[in-house]
Amino acid sequence: MEERFRNRSIKQSYDWRLIGIYLALVFIGLINIYASVHSAEPSSIFDLSVRSGMQCIWIATAFALAGLIVFAIPSRFWESTAIPLYIGVVFLLVAVIFLGVEVKGSRSWFNFGPVRFQPAEVSKITTSLLLAFVLSHPGFRMGRLRNLLQVAIVIGLPMLIILGEKETGSALVYIGFIFVLYREGMSGWVLTALGVSILMFILTLTVSPYVAILVLLTIAIVSNALQGRNAVRDIAIGVFVIAGLAFLPDHPMKVLMGLVIAAVPVLCYFAYKRKNSFLFYSVLASIAGIMLVFSTDIIFNKVMQEHQRKRIEVLLGIKDDPSGVGYNVNQSMIAIGSGGFSGKGYLHGTQTAYGFVPEQSTDFIFCTVGEEWGFLGCLLVIGLYIALIWRIIRNAERSREHFTRVYGYCVASCLFMHLFINIGMTIGLMPVIGIPLPLMSYGGSSLWAFTILIFIFVVLDHQEKKYF
Amino acid sequence: MDNPRKNKLIIGLLIAAGILLTKLFIIQIVNDKYKRDASNNSMVYDIIYPTRGVIYDRNGRILVGNKVAYDILVTPKEVEPFDTLLLAQVLQVDPEFIRTKMAEYRRDRRKIGFQSMVMIKQLPAEAFMRFAEIEYMFPGFRGQTRSIREYPFNAGGNLLGYVSEVDADYIKKHPGEYKPGDYAGKTGIEASRETDLRGEKGYHIYLRNSRNQIESAYDDGKSDKEAVPGKDIVTTIDAQLQQYGQELMKNKVGSLVAIEPETGEILALVSSPGIDVDQLADIRNHYQSIVKDPYKPMFNRAVQASYPPGSVFKLVNGLIGLQEGTLKPTDSYPCSMGYHFGKHKLGCHSHTSPIQLEQAIMMSCNAYFCYALRYMLENRKYASIAEALDKWHEYVESFGFGHKLGSDFPAELGGTIPTSKLYNRVYGKGGWKFTTIISISIGQGEIGVTPLQIANLSATVANRGWYKIPHIVKDSPDLEIDQKFKERQYTMVDTTQFQKVIHGMWRAVNGGFGSGGTASIAAVPGLDICGKTGTAQNPRGADNSVFICFAPRENPKIAVAAYVENAGFGATWAAPIASLLVEKYLTGEISRPDLEKRILDGDLMWRVKKD
Repeated sequence: MEERFRNRSIKQSYDWRLIGIYLALVFIGLINIYASVHSAEPSSIFDLSVRSGMQCIWIATAFALAGLIVFAIPSRFWESTAIPLYIGVVFLLVAVIFLGVEVKGSRSWFNFGPVRFQPAEVSKITTSLLLAFVLSHPGFRMGRLRNLLQVAIVIGLPMLIILGEKETGSALVYIGFIFVLYREGMSGWVLTALGVSILMFILTLTVSPYVAILVLLTIAIVSNALQGRNAVRDIAIGVFVIAGLAFLPDHPMKVLMGLVIAAVPVLCYFAYKRKNSFLFYSVLASIAGIMLVFSTDIIFNKVMQEHQRKRIEVLLGIKDDPSGVGYNVNQSMIAIGSGGFSGKGYLHGTQTAYGFVPEQSTDFIFCTVGEEWGFLGCLLVIGLYIALIWRIIRNAERSREHFTRVYGYCVASCLFMHLFINIGMTIGLMPVIGIPLPLMSYGGSSLWAFTILIFIFVVLDHQEKKYF
Repeated sequence: MDNPRKNKLIIGLLIAAGILLTKLFIIQIVNDKYKRDASNNSMVYDIIYPTRGVIYDRNGRILVGNKVAYDILVTPKEVEPFDTLLLAQVLQVDPEFIRTKMAEYRRDRRKIGFQSMVMIKQLPAEAFMRFAEIEYMFPGFRGQTRSIREYPFNAGGNLLGYVSEVDADYIKKHPGEYKPGDYAGKTGIEASRETDLRGEKGYHIYLRNSRNQIESAYDDGKSDKEAVPGKDIVTTIDAQLQQYGQELMKNKVGSLVAIEPETGEILALVSSPGIDVDQLADIRNHYQSIVKDPYKPMFNRAVQASYPPGSVFKLVNGLIGLQEGTLKPTDSYPCSMGYHFGKHKLGCHSHTSPIQLEQAIMMSCNAYFCYALRYMLENRKYASIAEALDKWHEYVESFGFGHKLGSDFPAELGGTIPTSKLYNRVYGKGGWKFTTIISISIGQGEIGVTPLQIANLSATVANRGWYKIPHIVKDSPDLEIDQKFKERQYTMVDTTQFQKVIHGMWRAVNGGFGSGGTASIAAVPGLDICGKTGTAQNPRGADNSVFICFAPRENPKIAVAAYVENAGFGATWAAPIASLLVEKYLTGEISRPDLEKRILDGDLMWRVKKD
């Protein structure tokens, strides 16, 4: 055994493919930042007075951090210090509200001379570490209330503080940890319920409460039908009823509610008689869903103020506002759309270079890729991210250490949430909530955070391999 | 071998990536709309500003209209080297101004990008026409029409208010409604009816080609939005009467308010000294001098100043006594140069004695109303004077005093009417009696009212017991006013009690010189003016001159209150001013040119202490 360790070189023991993807993304980010600030008066990519030059500095320091993690810090350090690190960062999250500087309406940045630092970025790392620590504890059982509460606090505490700092985007990322919990044994229904709730919320506001309820009932009917023996017949009947309701003129909510109220006791009776608990629970879930639809409707139309309503309407695309909130997305979609199949060529973009797209080197960096590299470039970049996430999941699954596995999934979830929200935002799939594209967006704070996040996994993974 | 949940998650990941790529595929390759934009186009928003609503007087005269002016916009990215001197000459600005502006744009070029900046605001039409002829020589410069306010009639500067560009604070207070460069009403009707007057902005969207020239309308103009012009507003003001009132109040400090009693519509509301409309039109250059003026012309005294009403308040006390039954019209009370209590005396002037209610009103006897209030407050019906005073307070409030009337002036003041609580606090519980608070009998002491409230009292008496909340925006089919302005507000005093009081007011004016009537100077043959003088103490100098009146006696058409600071006896200044205003309104001309000349020429400004 001893022999085998010594003979292995660095080259063999680290996941070089993973590191390669990391380097590729950082490099693609840098050259796109250069393209986004590139204008009529070209300057060198290393010119420190423009953002691409500064990004070189952030990249160099990020590499230094990666080296530190790989060579100087023992891999056991992270598991053993998960608790104090977490507490320290929560403390910083609170402190920044009082001591931080205000940037774009949220007070979430510390200012250290030329360097600005956002604790919310680091909090992803410490939350992942502590979540891995808690879930990998030998006594942990997903079903136990005490343990569930622990998990809820570990994830919820930083999320709420970040929400309090009005960094809604960063807080949303924490929802991604639900995938980790699912992998570690949480019921899949929680994931389904969350998904359906979000769908109901959006449908209620964008289409109508009536349609939202019909969709909810369709989901309930189809999932019940799939449980039974005569799935095809049951689905056919369900679709027939729902379609009938959908074609009723003026969508009479009273008729629909009357039917629902009449159906509930009948279904409950069937559930009781046939001992079909799935049916019973789906009746309960449907009632909860209908209540969600109504409360969303009431809160939106009665409780909220005009300007709050307007913002949400624009975010969800109910009302067009091409000169206001919708401006960014509109311009961003034109930039990306104008890229076509193979793009306009590197440094030949006009939309981004002429300054039509705001925040083009930070949150909207993907516009430059889309415009100058076209669909092929987008495919390449998204492909690289998916490969990165997949590789992390693969390594996590291979690991014998429970801690490493959970941590790996945490890293994958964070990357995924950032990727999906950020790119979704630039192409109008997601509301504009400013979070960076990992590794590519301009800025030190985010790059460092993701570098640390990923390289902790790299060393944990490396330590695993020693046993092979 | 693999964990099934891992596989599900991987499938989810691939589906999510698939969603992103599908959408990208649609906007980059499939969708025609983005393909068309793909020929290096970008959208330009050309904002269309709506015309602001016009403000009319009650007779259809335009008080505030619009005229066209031009903003000169610059798109710095499109500007080519140009002849600064020529441009400066055409636009009538200093060449240095253009140079500094261009330097500023150059400095902020990253922030500005392709946006257009406003270089010169509100260029008059003639200057713009000259610029338009040579506009082709200045690429990057263009004009944008803006409508600005125009005031054909010098009436009601304070009421109308001014319009100016919104500042950062204002935008913050009205989230989502304004953008820098927008205009908004800041005072008066312009401010209170801003949402009706402003209308909605529209825009044209154009596409710009790769050489940054505007090429065509975006989406064939389907996404354009037309501007919605602001709603017109008809005010209750009679422009000519308002103008005449302003002339009468010129060089005097105070207020003059006229109300149509039947409707509660304010015919004229003068606060003097006030703001001229030509100052409003160019508020930017006058704002500093207006703010620095020691007489505070921006301050609308008619609704925002609290004064002691003086003797006009005797009407209220008399009516309360009658309603309570503690005062009979036939009761006579003596007056020997005032009301004596202990070693003290509340003084009065010399007139016949003893007298009845009608004469007391006509001659404005102080002693009479001391008796009147005393018997009301010492009525055994009430357990204590405190209880009686609170009942009195309730009565007075029903006349519209002691609280905001609820008019459509946002900054209206409520004034003060004392309660037992106030006196208990000052003198201790049980530590006061009628003689402690005797001065409220004659409208002095702790009573504070606004000129609008006094005018409303006049209208209330004219209507024999009710009023409609005074308002300045007239009900119209386009712009319905609140229901509250259409409802009668009844006082707690019955209609029948008003006759005696009104007769006293008629005799005060029409009794003839030598009858002892205090307001003979206000008499106009045939107009049947009923009035009541007041002389209110002013701690800051000579007494304030007060007069309220209405006319004609039956079916009154106008109720007026005049309040002139430091002008002395009510009959000297306030009565003639109110009387002239009534005459002008009812007959359209003035039968007493000498009196009119004295009033118009009268300058009382020197008597008023400046802050």
